[in-house]
Amino acid sequence: MSGVRVLVGTKKGAFILNSDAKRQRWDVSGPHFAGWEVYHLKGSPVDPNRLYCSQSSGWFGQIIQRSSDGGKTWEQPGTAPGEPTKAPDGMPKAESNKFAYDTSAKPLTTHMWYDGTQHPWEFKRVWHIEPSLTDPNTAYAGVEDAAIFRTTDGAKTWHELPGLRGHQSGPKWQPGAGGMCLHTILLDPKDPGRIYIAISAAGAFRSDDAGKTWRPINRGLRSDFMPEPTAEVGHCVHRIALHPSRPNTLFMQKHWDVMRSDDAGDTWREVSGNLPTDFGFPIDVHAHEPETVYVVPIKSDSEHYPPDGKLRVYRSRSGGGEWEPLTKGLPQSDCYVNVLREAMAVDRLPSCGVYFGTTGGQIYCSPDGGDNWSPIVRDLPAVYSVEVQTLP
Amino acid sequence: MIRVELPYHLRTLARVGYDVQLQVPAPVTPRSILDALEAAYPMLRGTIRDHTTQIRRPFLRFFACGQDFSHSPPDAPLPEPVTTGSEPFLIVGAIAGG
Repeated sequence: MSGVRVLVGTKKGAFILNSDAKRQRWDVSGPHFAGWEVYHLKGSPVDPNRLYCSQSSGWFGQIIQRSSDGGKTWEQPGTAPGEPTKAPDGMPKAESNKFAYDTSAKPLTTHMWYDGTQHPWEFKRVWHIEPSLTDPNTAYAGVEDAAIFRTTDGAKTWHELPGLRGHQSGPKWQPGAGGMCLHTILLDPKDPGRIYIAISAAGAFRSDDAGKTWRPINRGLRSDFMPEPTAEVGHCVHRIALHPSRPNTLFMQKHWDVMRSDDAGDTWREVSGNLPTDFGFPIDVHAHEPETVYVVPIKSDSEHYPPDGKLRVYRSRSGGGEWEPLTKGLPQSDCYVNVLREAMAVDRLPSCGVYFGTTGGQIYCSPDGGDNWSPIVRDLPAVYSVEVQTLP
Repeated sequence: MIRVELPYHLRTLARVGYDVQLQVPAPVTPRSILDALEAAYPMLRGTIRDHTTQIRRPFLRFFACGQDFSHSPPDAPLPEPVTTGSEPFLIVGAIAGG
């Protein structure tokens, strides 16, 4: 393996960081889409040079960008300038930035608002793009207000998988502080029909028929902010992770609580153990050790920074329960950054690299599974997302 | 030719300069200008008005000849200097945010 490519989404654009397998010297490219919010960008596992990027703005809405050369150049999939923008039947061609909720069957029109009233579904942005494991032209998009879309033409057109909102529990879904976002999409590498998603604040859902129908998988979760703390939906799940060799084992960082499931989400048990706080956002699994898990504890839901001003990643080598702080190379005083849910990733080099980005603009890398850390860059805009590609 | 001035981020998105010149069939209205603009630059579709409802995005405003057309009917004719190209149709982003 020759190296890694780190894809970073920030509040003011995207950055791409390249290194060889030593992960000591980095080439930094960017900002791409300068001035725009980049919630997420991710590469296709089938074709590493095919990247998808979610570019958005409160002024101008949602744009989807695509690269076919590993991020050197980008294009908006869709109609090129000068081409007819209407199909032969006279209808306007759909463009890559069009995300229209499906209203063809059992339209679900409202969800719960902050004050408990019902509120109409309104598209705001794409939080997460998950490329297919088998086809570079197929990808899934998790959006706010929560729904899942799919493209099969390289992001030129997007279509909702309406079965998720068709589950009809939507009136009990509610936005978290960041909005009502579908932020996690996990594709099961052993079962092409199985997809996991998570929504803040609705919970986790699973499809076993490639996205046609969905059911909530939240048994065992407890959220004391809810009138019924163990309700089927309404939980603020922050992130879910799995190891490809054991896709039935899931790890979850919830609003509070770190959880584990060994039956594909049917039941969950708490594995917060000796963490100093079990509030946090990201969670990820070591590339070669399915029982090694990483989280970044954050003080509380109203104080989004590390406890005691010490930035510490916590690692469990036992699948949760027992955690050790990882501090070498990380600031251990006066540090008050946050690490957002999309902002942690691992590479698949023989010595697994772990990466995370902060709201203070630092990207940290540990080339040895978390033992030692150093910053790749220190002064980017606030980091929204980090993904890593291990390049052949 | 009609002249349209775009905000900075839409100029970079469409890869154009400070203003865009368009052929717009009469009557020249906000809607006919935006139709022509999106036909010439499809990447701008959805960035100025909603894909489906065609409603102006809330942080954008339309001005021409010192007048605010943001809340005018989209099919209301624009002043003659806009139709002749002597004055531009301005699409302006709100001065807000960090």
